[in-house]
Amino acid sequence: MVLSAPPRSAPAPQRPKSTKSTGLKPRRRIKSATRMDAFAPYMYIAPFFALFAVFGLFPTVFTFYVALFDWNPIGGQTFIGLDNFVTLYGDERFWNAMRNTFSIWILSTVPQLLLALFLAQLLNNVRLKFANLFRMTMLVPYITSVVATTIVFASLFGRDYGLINSFLNLFGVQSIDFAANTFASHIMVSTMVLWRWFGYNTLIYLAALQAIPKDIYEAAAIDGAGGFKQFFYVTIPSLRPVIIFTIIVSTIGGLQVFTEPLLLSAPGLTGGAGRQFQTLSLFMYEQGFGNFQFGYGSAIGVTLFALIVVFSVINYLLSRRITSDE
Amino acid sequence: MTTSTPDSVATTPHRPLKRAFAGRVRWWTYAFLFGSVLLSAFPLYWMFVVSTNDSAAVSQTPPTIVPGGNFFVLAEQVFTTVPFVQSLLNSFIVAGSIAISQMILCTLAGFAFAKLEFRGRDPLFIVVLITMMVPTQLAVIPLYMIMSNLEWIDTLQALIVPGMASAFGIFWMRQHLSTVLNNELMQAARIDGCSTWQIYWRIAFPLVRSAGFVLGLLAFVTAWNDFLWPLIVIQSPENYTVQLAIKALQRQYFVDYGLAMSGSFLATIPLLILFIFVGRKMVAGVMDGAFKG
Repeated sequence: MVLSAPPRSAPAPQRPKSTKSTGLKPRRRIKSATRMDAFAPYMYIAPFFALFAVFGLFPTVFTFYVALFDWNPIGGQTFIGLDNFVTLYGDERFWNAMRNTFSIWILSTVPQLLLALFLAQLLNNVRLKFANLFRMTMLVPYITSVVATTIVFASLFGRDYGLINSFLNLFGVQSIDFAANTFASHIMVSTMVLWRWFGYNTLIYLAALQAIPKDIYEAAAIDGAGGFKQFFYVTIPSLRPVIIFTIIVSTIGGLQVFTEPLLLSAPGLTGGAGRQFQTLSLFMYEQGFGNFQFGYGSAIGVTLFALIVVFSVINYLLSRRITSDE
Repeated sequence: MTTSTPDSVATTPHRPLKRAFAGRVRWWTYAFLFGSVLLSAFPLYWMFVVSTNDSAAVSQTPPTIVPGGNFFVLAEQVFTTVPFVQSLLNSFIVAGSIAISQMILCTLAGFAFAKLEFRGRDPLFIVVLITMMVPTQLAVIPLYMIMSNLEWIDTLQALIVPGMASAFGIFWMRQHLSTVLNNELMQAARIDGCSTWQIYWRIAFPLVRSAGFVLGLLAFVTAWNDFLWPLIVIQSPENYTVQLAIKALQRQYFVDYGLAMSGSFLATIPLLILFIFVGRKMVAGVMDGAFKG
């Protein structure tokens, strides 16, 4: 039902017609205003839907279409059905990018969320001093751009003069060529992701912790639950929705890691000489904008969409099962 | 009144509460938290160290970890190597327009979803929520084609227009409006003859100004730090955003870290200054559930 101003039978009050009045106007104006009011809600939400239709939905659907073509922006397009997908799933470079993406995703997400949970637990104490300082500095990485982050970490992880290798040398450990070694390069990229997001996740967890009613802990303590039991039986189950949320968001983010490997592999797009840290997103960019194979690149995009959907569902089901089996 | 057993029994219920929320803070808690502060701040400090030293200082073993006096030399080099001032200006235009537009459009839509009744409201809101989960970044190839057809390639509006409204922003403003704006107030305004627009502009908007400000901040930061989309769309150096300018400082096969980090540092300063003034609000925003997909 549409809320609208009832027609006023009483004569219009003789208030001064200042612009500050709440809008008392002659009857005719009110009528036209109500007709407008029925449409108003649609007008208010229209900009978003228009923008989304043109720049969100349409490109997304169109990706699926382009993926069915041998589509070169200059040379034209030929319909080839599912050939792009057949080629893609037989392409060793694709599986390599897939392995790298998952390795980097696991290496960044797991320690990041555990660290965030731990720090949130520490921060959740009203007697803590400098609480605001801790919260604020943890958010600084979030406002730092990925480009800047990557440049800094590339220097810290440098083979010859990198601070991390200098530190390792102090203990007699040989310098590691982080960019050349597959596993080491994954650690390097994951560290950048972890650094940027751990504080953000800590704050989300902290907010959820503060929302847990205190009497649940009280009841648990009366039942004889100590700190650890309280953590596993009260804190973790209460945080379940937020944990699921952070896992899904990190998965979506993790499958899209792009800037770090791109900048680390400059000037090429291969993610290291042997593609040792090329992710799926970078592979898509390489095919789409490096080789101008829009069809093949779109097939990678479609595959990424599918992966994200599948993993969001799996994460959701898995997290629900794990936490309800406690 | 006896002060032995009954009294201590009476106080027990309060102890677990204190243990959970107001326990004595152990020294190692501070050790870990200061460790995390160090972890957060050190890379930025290192950025500053490298951008104030000459390359000899940071390529010795062990490298120096104190700032030097070379800042202005490197900064000048940044300004002469890439059109850095123009890039800063472009980034301000892009991020500023997106922030302002999100504040206005998302508050409007959030208001409609929170407080107005219209046919299809709930299904449409579910659509908004679903779009939060769709990573549109993966559709960059068709998006590039659209921009190409609009002849927007290499223009700033190609960066601005797609970000002018967001599903997250609508969700965020709807949450705030439905808690802050009560129906009695709205009805009173209706009876006084307020149109929907007047209710929005005179009552709703002022009430959620601060939530809108936080949304604007988050949108600004996201837009300022965006890299993939500008990289695809922008070609000429005079249209670079700061992120592209820093990337351009990375030389082909050899990275001049002093130069690249001075650029990074200069590009991060505006956000750091912003953060010093509004950091608390941003922390509150994130803790309020400023989830971003």
